[in-house]
Amino acid sequence: MLKITINSLIINNKKLILFISLMPSFRLIYLGINNNLGANPIEFIERSTGLWALILLLITLAMTPIRQHSGINAFAQLRRMLGLTMFFYTCLHIVTYLVLDHWFDFEEIGKDIIKHPYLLVGFTAFMMTVPLAMTSTQAMMKRLGGRWKRLHQLVYLIGLLAVLHFLWLVKKDMTEPLLYGAVFFSLIALRIAYKFRGRILSTRMG
Amino acid sequence: MLIHKKSDVIPSEITSKENFENRRNLIKAAGASLLTASGIFTGLVSSTANAASGRQKINSYAKSKYGAEEKLTPYDDITNYNNYYEFGTSKTDPSIESRLFKPSPWAVSIEGAVKKNKQIGIEDIFKLAPLEERIYRMRCVEGWSMVIPWIGFPLAKLIQWAEPTANAKYVEFISLSDDLIMPGQRIHALDWPYVEGLRMDEAMNPLTMIAVGLYGEVLPNQNGAPMRLVVPWKYGFKGAKAIVKIRFTETMPKTSWMKAGPNEYGFYANVNPTVDHPRWTQSSERRIGGGLFTPRIKTQIFNGYAEQVAQLYTGMDLNKNF
Repeated sequence: MLKITINSLIINNKKLILFISLMPSFRLIYLGINNNLGANPIEFIERSTGLWALILLLITLAMTPIRQHSGINAFAQLRRMLGLTMFFYTCLHIVTYLVLDHWFDFEEIGKDIIKHPYLLVGFTAFMMTVPLAMTSTQAMMKRLGGRWKRLHQLVYLIGLLAVLHFLWLVKKDMTEPLLYGAVFFSLIALRIAYKFRGRILSTRMG
Repeated sequence: MLIHKKSDVIPSEITSKENFENRRNLIKAAGASLLTASGIFTGLVSSTANAASGRQKINSYAKSKYGAEEKLTPYDDITNYNNYYEFGTSKTDPSIESRLFKPSPWAVSIEGAVKKNKQIGIEDIFKLAPLEERIYRMRCVEGWSMVIPWIGFPLAKLIQWAEPTANAKYVEFISLSDDLIMPGQRIHALDWPYVEGLRMDEAMNPLTMIAVGLYGEVLPNQNGAPMRLVVPWKYGFKGAKAIVKIRFTETMPKTSWMKAGPNEYGFYANVNPTVDHPRWTQSSERRIGGGLFTPRIKTQIFNGYAEQVAQLYTGMDLNKNF
């Protein structure tokens, strides 16, 4: 009974969930209008959008384990929307870097990315999110068939690179990136555990 | 009809205007000292109109020729965007976490290759040499910069007073280490205490200064009160804050950042757009205080002070001695 209620609550409130996941970007606009982004506003936006991209990636990755362990199928239906919100923050992050931070100085940007491992890793992760966002429609899922799933397994690599990007950019105090890294690996571990459990069950039944 | 009533206060009992004002000043000074320092600065500094902020004006200092053409970074940015890991690793931590820090009483020990070990109180440091305002660019290794009106005097004056011997080849600056009042030190982000160093000729260069104030006021806690080092042609982390010990040595000091990342932070740490850092581009910088659409500016070799300091490094490979 409770499962059904939660299920319909999620399905009926998708727009609300989308609105909530977009709040951090509204906050940035609000702070920007009020000239309240601190001494280094561009760095503030870069940090904020990067962090929220990572958080949304982790939330998206959490949907499958939550569905598996709770048996509430509606969580699976949030994956696409949350994944696209992550892509939205990633785009804001990249645009801030390319436009506000470096003002289209592509020679400098190229050098910056190639020379600095944390940027190279971050940029690679961004490039990988593009095909995922482009193939997120129902039609593309159908067209790609079995290959769609394989392609979208890139999300694990993106997560790994995103955590690495965060870890390498921090100068000394690694507490925060390590915390996000721990959440990422816990989510992976949950998936593996679920698969493993399935195998035990099937061997027992066999 | 006029009624004359004799005053019941005899003239000798009336407080003179001068005395009244002196008392008021004493009370004000006492109030300020409760907030910041003990009253030993009386005469040298005075509280600003907003005494509750704890901000104190430095009463007399000379303007100097240094950097008068630069546009100053706003006071609020200089005092709310700080790298001062003793008070936390976030830029906004130091201004909050250093509120209860007491920069007075304060003594600095002089040790190592000197005629004789000595100590000097902060009130005597204020009187060691005439204070002057110098507007310097400050370039952080992270790729941002500020323009700061420091108040202080050349480090050379302090070194003359310290009387180093001929064995002194380097100067080591050691900052306060006390995790009770510096909460950031409870995390071992760096090897505390914070240690910085200069070669003797760098230390004696007229540009190198000891700062005790900024924007006409006593140095705020988050900027390194009561005294810090300012070396404008080097990355900001060379500027040791809250210095408690100055040691003259024969060998090159091992600084905190060299220990933390030997391939990232060198002893010299001269601002150099052609020597890149593994994390940040050094060819350009973002000037703090600009808006969202203010472009980055090109970083200059030795932060634009090449004329005064380039000769210190002739014949040295700056790519190796970064």
